[in-house]
Amino acid sequence: MKKPLLFVFVLLAGACGGDDEPGTVTLMTHDSFVVSDSVLDAFSAETGITVELLQAGDAGTMVSEAILTKDAPLADVMFGIDNTFLQRGLDAELFEAYESGNLGGVFPELRIDDQNRVTPIDFGDVCVNYWIDALPEGAAVPATLEDLTDPVYADQVVVQSPESSSPGLAFLLATINGTDDWEQYWADLVANGVSVTAGWEDAYYGEFTAGGGDRSIVVSYASSPPAEVIFADPPVDTAPTGVLLDSCFRQIEFAGILAGTDNRDEAEALIDFMLTPTFQEDVPLNMFVFPALESAALPTEFVEYAEIADDPQFIDPADIEANRDAWVERWVEIVLG
Amino acid sequence: MSRPFGLGARGVLVAVPAVFIAVFFFYPIATILWRGLGGGGGDTFLDLAASSRQRDIVWFTVWQAALSMVLTLAVGIAAASVVARLPARRQRLVRALVTVPFVLPTVVVAGAFTEVFTVTGLDDGGFRLRHTVWAILIAHVFFNYAVVVRAVGSYWAGLDHRMEEAARVLGAGAWQTFREVTLPRLRPAISSAAAIVFLFSFTSFGVVLILGGPRRATIETEIYRQAVTRVDLETAAALAAVQLVAVLALVVVSTRLERRRPIVGRGARSSRRPSAPLWRWGNLVVGLVLLGGPIGVLVERSFSTGSGYGLDHYVALGERARQLPAPATTALWNSVVFAVAATAIAVLVGLLASLVVVHGRRGIARIFDLGLTLPLGTSAVTIGFGMLIALDEPPLDLRTSWWIIPIAHALVGVPFVVRTMVPVLRSIDPVLHEAAAVLGASPARARREIDLPIGMRGLVVGAGFAFAVSLGEFGATSFLPRRPENLTAPIALFRLLSTPGDVLRGQAMALSVVLMVLVASAVLVIESGRGSDEGVF
Repeated sequence: MKKPLLFVFVLLAGACGGDDEPGTVTLMTHDSFVVSDSVLDAFSAETGITVELLQAGDAGTMVSEAILTKDAPLADVMFGIDNTFLQRGLDAELFEAYESGNLGGVFPELRIDDQNRVTPIDFGDVCVNYWIDALPEGAAVPATLEDLTDPVYADQVVVQSPESSSPGLAFLLATINGTDDWEQYWADLVANGVSVTAGWEDAYYGEFTAGGGDRSIVVSYASSPPAEVIFADPPVDTAPTGVLLDSCFRQIEFAGILAGTDNRDEAEALIDFMLTPTFQEDVPLNMFVFPALESAALPTEFVEYAEIADDPQFIDPADIEANRDAWVERWVEIVLG
Repeated sequence: MSRPFGLGARGVLVAVPAVFIAVFFFYPIATILWRGLGGGGGDTFLDLAASSRQRDIVWFTVWQAALSMVLTLAVGIAAASVVARLPARRQRLVRALVTVPFVLPTVVVAGAFTEVFTVTGLDDGGFRLRHTVWAILIAHVFFNYAVVVRAVGSYWAGLDHRMEEAARVLGAGAWQTFREVTLPRLRPAISSAAAIVFLFSFTSFGVVLILGGPRRATIETEIYRQAVTRVDLETAAALAAVQLVAVLALVVVSTRLERRRPIVGRGARSSRRPSAPLWRWGNLVVGLVLLGGPIGVLVERSFSTGSGYGLDHYVALGERARQLPAPATTALWNSVVFAVAATAIAVLVGLLASLVVVHGRRGIARIFDLGLTLPLGTSAVTIGFGMLIALDEPPLDLRTSWWIIPIAHALVGVPFVVRTMVPVLRSIDPVLHEAAAVLGASPARARREIDLPIGMRGLVVGAGFAFAVSLGEFGATSFLPRRPENLTAPIALFRLLSTPGDVLRGQAMALSVVLMVLVASAVLVIESGRGSDEGVF
């Protein structure tokens, strides 16, 4: 009889005492968030503030969780909401506005919220990748979105469903922005034998050349070629993959102060810090995205093997939120129908 | 009939499992359903019922789960017949080995299956297995094989086989003996295993998404899509309610079957005849192809490096990959600690609950049996999000506590413990209790000295399941915000596979092989306890 009681007691004891001590800020992120220990240590040494991290699934899950817990927020700052989910967070009034003093150094085109409820921290492009040596014989490297409907690439393309995948949604948005008639475009892709998977892993490692699959063109990221070099086995000098720049949809990741925080000062300090070179230069090799700060130096692998689209595909977050469900449903009819 | 337990003891028996399930399951589920449907639930249900897509999804979910169950039972019972006749030590080894798929993340298994399909020519030209319902069914058999082999096999081993021998002596053939003598006696264990397999297939997520392809959806994947991708909480909650009702209906039916008083007679010590060589080898081949194929692919990949074969990927697990907040070895350690805690909770709650189910008042027993099985058939999104919004106030602000993870894992572990223990406890011959009473033992002492040692066989098998389930759990864990230092191995594995590069992929494969070895050895250790030996008398 004693043991069960003891267990309940331990449970209750563990439940109490979750209050933040002064000088602590809790940062809620998606699971892809990684930062070098030395970088957070530098922040703590500088400001005396301790950062507690909370990882909350993928970006979509994180935003849903933040909306569900809005009345009793789990954290002070959220990082990792991107422009495809941004409007949802803004509509739910998740954030308190804050204009960081370091915002001036950020690429102007990333500053898409004029009320500064969220602050751009990094960006990463979702782009069509191709395995250079696996392209069909006689086929040139694809250069435009329209090229993918060319019969020379028949049965070569694999994409993710926008219903279940974030890059899948980004690529759908790229085609909506980047082709004259996106519905016809997808009908053409289907006629050309496009394959659809539920998620990125299944496309990249299941059907794309990288995992031994028989398709040489896949929707992935602009940072995938440098990753293929950095994590190559055996080491290689050149990236085996290339990026179709015309297909790139820009995903900007933001940080925002969660409404109702008790640690507003610490939250502001953390956002400021995320826009310093110390944090920004740590970003590429940990999260495989590009720094938002113009002056941040890129690691050599990114300079050599990554290409950034000059004029990426982009759609206003409010338009995405207003049309997403209709677009995705239409896509399902055309492609999976 | 005399009450087997005193009033105080009975209170604890009922209270601990009741409080556990009420606080960590029903309260969160009720909260999230209320949040989703509080406004105008009726209309949402009408919309659901009117949508042909949603109707199709519900129908597909039910029939693929039913078919998965039938196939798994067919393959699993055949294997169990062989396992039950092996010497105790070898039984334990087989039971440990078949548990291996439990800890494998679907993303890894799906890749391995794709490879097997390709190698065996089942995925090219006119015949593609991938993205068909057959791929889903095969994967469900792969994952659930262990449920039947372990639950039915261990129960079978405890049956008195002299009845079969008598039947054979009287001229019955092997098949007739099985059908008319063995099968009726196995029914409690089979229906128990069947319910688990059905529920696992009913709520399977990754298998449906990855192997089934983007055209397939089940209630489980649809709840995810509505709750996370579309943030349509109302529809998600309505679907969650539909899922709950369907699961409830199934569990009611299955417990009916299970409650029929089994034909007793267990625990003969004498060694039994081994099964016929052809049958034995046939089952071995099925098991090897089914489990060995995909697992072999994983093992091969984990040793394959850029320059041949080596241990590079295993060595690399000790260093932090850039995609992870901690080294993979730390994640492995965390997972083991979580699994130990989850198993302890599941065993405690499950043991007490089983005693209530078997010996408690009819009504309470019923409710316990149903209530404790429900988490198995409930979407990870519903459980995760429910805990997130329900357990947010002292004294139960557990949302970001360390405990929330083993508790969520234990929710799935408890039904395994209950469902392996209850049939065993029910099959205890009442004559034993009568004899004990005649010899002057109090009812409590009789329980302690008769039920516990015999029930131990079910308990250790259930504990092994609870451990394996926790070690491989991904869904609910990923829907609970957690501190980076609490990284679990399945989540680390998923992270490793989310950036391109052969090195990371190799590490993910090595990590899954380590997980497999870990679960097999842990289950072996757990089941080596005295109680699981064949002859308990």
